[in-house]
Amino acid sequence: MTIALTKKDFASDQDVRWCPGCGDYGILSAIQKTMPELGIPKEKVVFISGIGCSSRFPYYMNTYGFHTIHGRAPSFATGVKITNPELSVWVITGDGDGLSIGGNHLIHSIRRNLDINIILFNNEIYGLTKGQYSPTSERGTVSKSSPYGSLEAPFKPISIALGAEASFVARTHDKNQKHMSDIFLRAAQHKGTSFVEVLQNCVIFNDGIHDPVYGREVREDNTITLEHGKPMIFGKNNDKGISLDGSKASIVDITKEGLDAVSIHDENRENPDHAFVLSRMMQPHYPVPMGVFRDVERPTYETQLHAQVNQVEREKGEGDLKKLLFSDETWEVK
Amino acid sequence: MDNKEKKVEVIKSATIRFTGDSGDGMQLTGSQFTSTSAIVGNDLATFPDFPAEIRAPAGTVPGVSGFQLNFSSEKIHTPGDSPDVLIAMNPAALKANIADLKTNGILIVNTDSFTDKDLEKAGYKESPITTDLKNKYQVIEVQISKLTGIALEEKNLSSKEIDRTKNMFALGMTYWMFSRPLDPTIKWIEDKFKGKEDIIEANIIVLKKGFHYAETAEIFISQYQIPGAKLEPGTYRNITGNSAIVLGLVTASYKTHLPLFLGSYPITPASDILHDLSKYKNYHIYTFQAEDEIAAVSAAIGSAYAGGLAVTSTSGPGVCLKSEAINLAIMAELPIVIVNIQRGGPSTGLPTKTEQSDLLQVLYGRNGESPLVVISASTPTDCFDVSLESVRLALKYMTPVFLLSDGYIANGAEPWRIPNTDELPEITHNQITSFPEPKFRPFARNEETLGRHWAIPGTPGLEHRIGGLEKDYHTGNVSYDPNNHEKMVHTRAEKIAGIANDIPDQEVYGEKKGKLLVVGWGSTFGAIRSAVENFNEKNPDKKVSHAHVRYLNPFPKNFKSLLESFDTILVPELNLGQLSFIIQGNFGIKVEKLNKVKGRPFTIQEVQQKIEELIQ
Repeated sequence: MTIALTKKDFASDQDVRWCPGCGDYGILSAIQKTMPELGIPKEKVVFISGIGCSSRFPYYMNTYGFHTIHGRAPSFATGVKITNPELSVWVITGDGDGLSIGGNHLIHSIRRNLDINIILFNNEIYGLTKGQYSPTSERGTVSKSSPYGSLEAPFKPISIALGAEASFVARTHDKNQKHMSDIFLRAAQHKGTSFVEVLQNCVIFNDGIHDPVYGREVREDNTITLEHGKPMIFGKNNDKGISLDGSKASIVDITKEGLDAVSIHDENRENPDHAFVLSRMMQPHYPVPMGVFRDVERPTYETQLHAQVNQVEREKGEGDLKKLLFSDETWEVK
Repeated sequence: MDNKEKKVEVIKSATIRFTGDSGDGMQLTGSQFTSTSAIVGNDLATFPDFPAEIRAPAGTVPGVSGFQLNFSSEKIHTPGDSPDVLIAMNPAALKANIADLKTNGILIVNTDSFTDKDLEKAGYKESPITTDLKNKYQVIEVQISKLTGIALEEKNLSSKEIDRTKNMFALGMTYWMFSRPLDPTIKWIEDKFKGKEDIIEANIIVLKKGFHYAETAEIFISQYQIPGAKLEPGTYRNITGNSAIVLGLVTASYKTHLPLFLGSYPITPASDILHDLSKYKNYHIYTFQAEDEIAAVSAAIGSAYAGGLAVTSTSGPGVCLKSEAINLAIMAELPIVIVNIQRGGPSTGLPTKTEQSDLLQVLYGRNGESPLVVISASTPTDCFDVSLESVRLALKYMTPVFLLSDGYIANGAEPWRIPNTDELPEITHNQITSFPEPKFRPFARNEETLGRHWAIPGTPGLEHRIGGLEKDYHTGNVSYDPNNHEKMVHTRAEKIAGIANDIPDQEVYGEKKGKLLVVGWGSTFGAIRSAVENFNEKNPDKKVSHAHVRYLNPFPKNFKSLLESFDTILVPELNLGQLSFIIQGNFGIKVEKLNKVKGRPFTIQEVQQKIEELIQ
């Protein structure tokens, strides 16, 4: 009989050393809360991270964990998952770690569709290196390394994931425990790479950067919660909706145009076009979507690799070391 | 018929070099000659030498491809200094190789390619086949292209298809010259071109025509015979350094009962390791072609963390990229084998040419105090043994191990006595499923080896976190304590240094003390050993010794005292003196250096000359 695990079972004995008020606490709590719901024994769970504030995450989980090097967590996760596909593998990364130094590994692991969960904490700033602009910072961001404003266009993480053929893409934020937890659960249940962007607040170097999106006052007007099979409605009085037409998203006034003018969200659409249009929606013109953008089935890398190994074994027979060494032209010396 | 019967001269050994345009099939011709020579029982060594470009402009000197082979009725160590026979399929090949041919050696040229146009492309103003050339060498002019065309006249083949078979004509001629059988190559052709009956037929016809032409046209003064060598009894095959590493790793997977994981990114001259291992899926081998070198090594380390037998293969430029991850493996104390097939550097350098210039890189090219194990292979067959040894040390001591090879032994071939795998020892590792104390300490160590436990994810009760940050010696938790850091730095260093107790003493060829010790490592083995043998044969009263170092970190325990037992130490290396630097720095012993950085191995003569210089 297995004993049901609780949130507490997933907390390690280490002091959590994030700054007071850091958004990471909320995310840690939501993941620890989600873990027991997965029904996986904790020895089968591995958290792998790169470098950065978010990447200290594995130390705080009472599971297996590997705090690796800058940006490469998806690659370490690849080796882990191939060698032991039974493990539940979680990659914890930040906007700097995952999209800058590790951009290459991130897109390739998503392309391969390993059954891993990538959680990207996006606070639009470099925290651990003390406040330089990041690949998701708005153009013009004034930071330690951009005193006159940054010149670079920001990445939109969800668009990148979709461009890399992601089979599961979602967004949530650090102020909503319930939503985070739901999304993490969905991510874990998805067979394939799950990419989750978590909008996260850096209380020291970029405090309130997401307030225009999910600040208590504006949240209902400035975000939209995506739900599969349901019309995309938002606003304090649920009076606004999104209509998707080709490459364009428009805001519908339901009171005038009626509910029929609002598009129905379909996570399972094979064609990623709608998901991509949703990924471009941002403040101040659009409400920012929260929830699952895309959830489709694609073969996973490790399943295919192991299947190929078995297939070759079926065709050629199990490898025989002696036969291998004696293959090629041989001759006898007496 | 009597007048056509040639005298057959029995000789001990010969060196032959096939050269031509990179499209002329010279590598194939060379490897066929190799297989056939092996089958008749010769000892042999090969040196394939090809351009970095896939197809440099046809007929130009940069496009010349060569394959040298030394075959003998005695034990040999190198592909030979200078060829006795040179086959030049075009003027560019002649230009690039003629300086190496032995005086009075045999030069076979395809005169059909000595047209004005081809001469110009090779940079000749007029035909190089002059009286001078003919006085110095036995020049044999053969219209190889034309004769090939005539042989296939009645076949329904395009001129391009016909031209492609002309290497078989050259091969046939040399087969007759050295009394080799045609059957093995005929069998190979039938296999290789299965389903293309007309191509099979054409190649066999041309091969036989070359053979018969040499026999009937009386173009050679003699026919030679090189009897089989007295090799240790057993079953043999030819093997290159890279394929020996592959077979060594597969064997290691059997001997450890761990699934083999290779993370790799294509790079010359290491790619064949990825290619070959990818074929052996039914041996429970998981190969991963990563998006770059960093992902390749990182995935391998991930595999090691998850309990796999982890390997990454690359060359020097790839090692540069992998360095940060290798340091993580040192810090996290995870076992991984990093195969470095060295090539000419720095930077992209000479991708297809050999060099030994990554020694300091692999020893010291990382931040912090980051010791790991470095061992080197000396010959193609040695690559097999060194692979097993790398795996043994990585697993026992929970450490990255660098296996150094280079382009020369990676592509060179020699006969390999296939080992009886049942007699090879099992390789143990440190995986545990439980811990004697209530709280697992991931950096608890074996007292003797200082290797830590290997608790792999999935094992209940041993959940733990590791990473690149410094660990507390006792708990394994992150620690910034200065005293603890010092202790950990010392512990990691002592762990590697202690491996000296687990490796054989440095062997010496010859006397254990005396006037001169030649110290080598890696692929210079053959040239050094032959030079020492030759010198001692000529000077029985002035014996010179040879120590070939396999373990470069740590060194064998007796290495220092051995060095101190000689008046002079000579270190020949294909770099500017990297091992010399280490010996001088570690032991305070001055050494004589012999360095070469031409992208080519030492000749025996070069080493011998230096020995003679030092020991009058």
